[in-house]
Amino acid sequence: MRAVAREDGNSVDPNELTLAEARDALKAKRISARELTQAHLDAMAKARALNAYILETPDRALAMADAADQKFAAGAARPLEGIPLGIKDLFCTEGVTTTAGSKILETFVPHYESAVSANLWRDGAVMLGKLNLDEFAMGSSNETSAYGNVVSPWRRKGSEAQLVPGGSSGGSAAAVAARLCLGATATDTGGSIRQPAAFTGTVGIKPTYGRCSRWGTVAFASSLDQAGPIARTVRDCAILLGSMAGPDARDTTCVDLPVPDFEAAVSRGVKGLTIGIPKEYRVDGMPPEIQKLWDDGAAWLKDAGATIREISLPHTSSALPAYYIVAPAEASSNLARYDGVRYGLRVPGKDIAGMYENTRAAGFGREVKRRIMIGTYVLSAGYYDAYYVRAQKIRTLIKRDFEEAYAAGIDAILTPATPSSAFGIGEKASADPVEMYLNDVFTVTVNMAGLPGIAVPAGIDGQGLPLGLQLIGRPFDEETLFAVAQVIEQAAGRTTLPEPWWA
Amino acid sequence: MSVDEKTVRRIAHLARIAVTDDEVGPLQGELNAILAFVEQLGAIDVSGVEPMTSVTPMAMKKREDVVTEGGRAADVVANAPETEDNYFLVPKVVE
Repeated sequence: MRAVAREDGNSVDPNELTLAEARDALKAKRISARELTQAHLDAMAKARALNAYILETPDRALAMADAADQKFAAGAARPLEGIPLGIKDLFCTEGVTTTAGSKILETFVPHYESAVSANLWRDGAVMLGKLNLDEFAMGSSNETSAYGNVVSPWRRKGSEAQLVPGGSSGGSAAAVAARLCLGATATDTGGSIRQPAAFTGTVGIKPTYGRCSRWGTVAFASSLDQAGPIARTVRDCAILLGSMAGPDARDTTCVDLPVPDFEAAVSRGVKGLTIGIPKEYRVDGMPPEIQKLWDDGAAWLKDAGATIREISLPHTSSALPAYYIVAPAEASSNLARYDGVRYGLRVPGKDIAGMYENTRAAGFGREVKRRIMIGTYVLSAGYYDAYYVRAQKIRTLIKRDFEEAYAAGIDAILTPATPSSAFGIGEKASADPVEMYLNDVFTVTVNMAGLPGIAVPAGIDGQGLPLGLQLIGRPFDEETLFAVAQVIEQAAGRTTLPEPWWA
Repeated sequence: MSVDEKTVRRIAHLARIAVTDDEVGPLQGELNAILAFVEQLGAIDVSGVEPMTSVTPMAMKKREDVVTEGGRAADVVANAPETEDNYFLVPKVVE
């Protein structure tokens, strides 16, 4: 693979470039779109042990790259021209199988394109393939996919044990960290962008609810789902979100707001900003390394000119249990459509009811069935008020905590992203599902309140694994998140990408 | 609140998911673990609090009541397991 010159004159492999650097290199004709895409396809072929891609689309990728080269030749390059990306297999891609990580959609080929991916193609990006995920986005480790686990490109020092990349966007995070794409689309319902980003030393942002259109994105929990990018730097994420976001008349929950220049916000700095440190996030048994990371983050921001203030978000500890009522309830409704009639798997039964029951029993995995059933129960007659309505009231209280903090002058809130670094595949396969759910304790609050949240790598733990910090922002103020995250990225230094143990 | 075997089967039927006899026990355990976890919400004072109905406060979008697309029956049925003349075919529903 031919090396390409960076702006500073040093030569690197094309896969080592950040998205922003690749964009410059393409514009300056130091590399062609075809070469850049081919370099990524080659890397993907060597990295199948990670199982990050459910489906590689090399022919389509090269055709899109060739089209990009024509645009460059004509001087008509669009914002993401020729940039090779991976697409989480939850976004419907026209003519390309979309499985949602489930057996029930194994042969589903959409005849339409999701709004988010359509925006990326509109801006000239190249599709490398569909990325693996927890089934129907339900999971925190990418261990529930019907297409196999994703293996993290990171390993503990001196160990060959396979680690999880986090989930549900495990394929997206693993592919970005392993340099198998310049960026990836992902979705976040309870932490599914931020937690895998934190586990893999990448940057991931879940924008404000309503910033991206959900049209064409397979639904898990409609009041919590939001699409967002995962990339290797804060700037790369800002570039991607700028393309992914935008109004869409077909999604009633997508707001009619113009997309700000997120990339311009990255270099704003934090002078004069007030950063809140919520005391309720200091949970019992929090590893000292994570507490230290959190303190370091606050210190970096203070050095850069921000004011640090301790705040209280009293209903923090209710967010996770309330989420495990609301999200399964909405999922039970959204997944009712998978019944063997209009698309997907059909398993015959003695009558139509039997067909429904057999199809869904065969097509859904264990975690999905569990969540559908919890959701069905909490919405059923006699339990709806005690569970679902109560959880939605608690949601109002959770959101109010944030509103009051912001009204008191807080610009952004700094918390850890995860309660630990990445764990081993199979390590949390106990009979108690709640143990896995606790991975999202710092992230679900943000979805429940509809706010934007970003995870940025901030350090390496004693085992050599990445740790991330989370910033939570005001509604529709992703710009401040990018500015603050950039300060942390610069202070912490770029997380060194793992040596490919798989090549 | 916890569920017994009979309730597990009832929920499975509501959810239209077949469960074998072997699966009922483990499912019951897992569902009860989750219900035990969410039990703590009962202690929170929610008096006078409205349930959240809109995550991001916004006015409901409206549009003119006109046909703007359609006529794509073939696309709509393209992924169906069984179709005929652009109808979805299913086992007989009404006797």
